[in-house]
Amino acid sequence: MVLKGDEDVEVVGTGTDAVAYALMLADVDVTSAYPIRPYGGVMQTVARLIADGYMKAEYIVAAHEHDQFEIVKHASAVGARTFVGSSGVGWLLAIEAIVATSTDRYPVVALIGNRALDDPGAYGVEHNDALMVRDVGWLLTWVDAAQEALDTTLIAYRVAEDPRIMLPVGISMDGAFLTHSEHAFKIPPKSKVQKFLPPYDLGNRKLHPSNVISVAPQVNEDWVTELRKQMDEAMKNARKVIEEAYRDFAKIFGRDYGNPFVEPYMVEDADVVMIGMGTVSKPIKEAVRRLRARGEKVGFLRIRWFRPFPTEDIIRYLSGVKVAAVVDRDYSFGSPFDGGAVFTEIRSALYEAEHRPLMMNFIGGLGGREITYNDAINMFNMALDAARKGKVEQRVIWYGVRE
Amino acid sequence: MAQTEYFDAGHRTCQGCESAMVLRWVAKAAGPNTIVIGATGCMYVANTTYYTTAWALPWIHTQLSGTGSAVVGTAAALKALMEKGKLPSEKINVIGICGDLGCADAGLSEVSNALTHTKYNFLILMYDNESSANTDIQETTMTPFGALTTFSPSGKQIRIMKYRWKKNMAAMMAVGHPEIKYVATAMAADPIDLYNKVRKALEIGGPTFIHTLDPCPKGWGYDPKYSHEIGKLAVETGLWPLFEIENGKFRLTGTSARIASGEIKRKPVKEYISRQTRFKHLTDEDIEYIQRKVDEMWEKWLIPGLLPLTKELPYPETAKT
Ligand SMILES: Cc1ncc(C[n+]2csc(CCOP(=O)(O)OP(=O)(O)O)c2C)c(N)n1
Ligand code: SF4
Repeated sequence: MVLKGDEDVEVVGTGTDAVAYALMLADVDVTSAYPIRPYGGVMQTVARLIADGYMKAEYIVAAHEHDQFEIVKHASAVGARTFVGSSGVGWLLAIEAIVATSTDRYPVVALIGNRALDDPGAYGVEHNDALMVRDVGWLLTWVDAAQEALDTTLIAYRVAEDPRIMLPVGISMDGAFLTHSEHAFKIPPKSKVQKFLPPYDLGNRKLHPSNVISVAPQVNEDWVTELRKQMDEAMKNARKVIEEAYRDFAKIFGRDYGNPFVEPYMVEDADVVMIGMGTVSKPIKEAVRRLRARGEKVGFLRIRWFRPFPTEDIIRYLSGVKVAAVVDRDYSFGSPFDGGAVFTEIRSALYEAEHRPLMMNFIGGLGGREITYNDAINMFNMALDAARKGKVEQRVIWYGVRE
Repeated sequence: MAQTEYFDAGHRTCQGCESAMVLRWVAKAAGPNTIVIGATGCMYVANTTYYTTAWALPWIHTQLSGTGSAVVGTAAALKALMEKGKLPSEKINVIGICGDLGCADAGLSEVSNALTHTKYNFLILMYDNESSANTDIQETTMTPFGALTTFSPSGKQIRIMKYRWKKNMAAMMAVGHPEIKYVATAMAADPIDLYNKVRKALEIGGPTFIHTLDPCPKGWGYDPKYSHEIGKLAVETGLWPLFEIENGKFRLTGTSARIASGEIKRKPVKEYISRQTRFKHLTDEDIEYIQRKVDEMWEKWLIPGLLPLTKELPYPETAKT
């Protein structure tokens, strides 16, 4: 690996490799590993980078995920930049430490190599693992390519460690489709990263003998409301801070993601817009291109940041369309209209829209089942049909279920 | 010995709480260049109420089972930051404090994992009040045989709900982690012994472990003024051997050493048991059973309190053929 000089180095690697290179560039001080696929890939690369001397960090193999997340929380408390992550049930085993990390306001960055919640023996991609932490004060983002994974990791540290935020960030990545598929991507030089990412500074919250403070003493019922309110302020601030970070990122690295929160793809004049997160973007974008060539007014909206939720953008891009069809690689049992989590959130956001579109929800690709280009075409056809009729016959469709 | 207190007024532990006394001595022995991590339990809830902490040292909470992880994370971060020049290089003590439930049950795997990380320096202190005290006194694996807790009452059908024998925690930590340089047992009723052990643990480096037995007037049922006396009785009856293992060398300390040398005789366990209401339902046969187990530990074990392999069985049968 060539990592000298001030030039980008183009390599071929997996999505998890890309994150590992970002950790090296961000000069992560402490990281903690525990095996679970597909997250494990990132730590394998990190271990290599450390073993070969490219990266200097305390690398701790933990006893399990609770251990892993608790280790980095405390490393963060004494001023170390940290990285952690897991997949599927691993996230849930760690949940107690995950919650304490955001309530104690430590800017840990974590990878969620999305994976089904296990039983019976499922480990393909599903988004429910990350969505389970949706309400506990973590910022959540979904990426769909290795380059975006690398860039987002750097952006995540910048946002998390901003004094206006001080909340952890979870970067979601579709298991196998992105974590373990190879892409070409560019590793930027350290000099650019240093311009973009200031050193982690906890200020007067740093735990050190020269700063005699008590962190997380018992507040009982007295102060919880105020603490939650402060977290809420930070989460709301994140919309502005994320925008600033992407703007600076584009200036320094020359890669402009446009709207940081959502990626609109041919939505401007669309009648039917499909919405999704993660790598489902690939077959859907291909379907959009082909259907556009046939004159169908279709588009795709990829949600990049799920927390904070891009409410304004959802309203902006969807309020004029005839049908908004959400593809959920997750499910929320017993939810208001028995749909997926993303569908439910988007429906809620659109309540404020002047022109509410008809809404459909496809539950698809669960447990790692592939969503192909043909599937995307089928889904679009159903949505186009609803648009023509001006009516949705079946609101939630479990796509491709064997009867 | 330092006059300054680093665990001071401002806590709300019960009168006669020996765990609080342990912390006072640990803090004194450690001194100001220390970071303390405290797991959920009485020593969190009673000591660090918002606005009124008892700690005059930097202190942070960790989850019930997080002590092992927290000390590793802290020590690793200090090491990384100092090596990279992000923090000035100096010796900072890292001490993790957990109760018996948090340490020996819920957090055992984290603590065990931590004790294998020989490149980090920290002390894990397990304060053992033989119950989950903060949640109203419930049974843990460290609750002694027969003791009443809210999870192990004595009923009409079942007289003894806590039938499991107390786990040998310090021994497990010493024997199971071959590179650990310092493991000790202690108690607040012998503060000099405790103080010295904390100093040794912090000076020797690497991961270290101290297990204290802490009488708890609320859970054990006795007048708070007898806390020290009850603690001493635990040692004098042989139930709680005081020892240290320094760089692999085992040594009984204090009263336990004097028992082993024959200088003083072990008192009957009944003297300890009859002083606490948690044992009030035990019959003479129950107490005899406990006495037999304690006798066995002193007379038959390879090392009392540490190695339950019996002296009579130095080789496995197969080795003789
Ligand atoms: C995961 C989890 N389970 C249960 C509790 C409830 N809880 C709070 S304190 C405590 C008791 C801890 O017992 P121990 O570690 O022995 O400390 P002590 O209270 O005796 O000082 C428990 C069970 C908790 N805080 N977290
Ligand atoms: S219940 Fe026991 S351990 Fe808890 S504060 Fe009271 S005496 Fe101390």
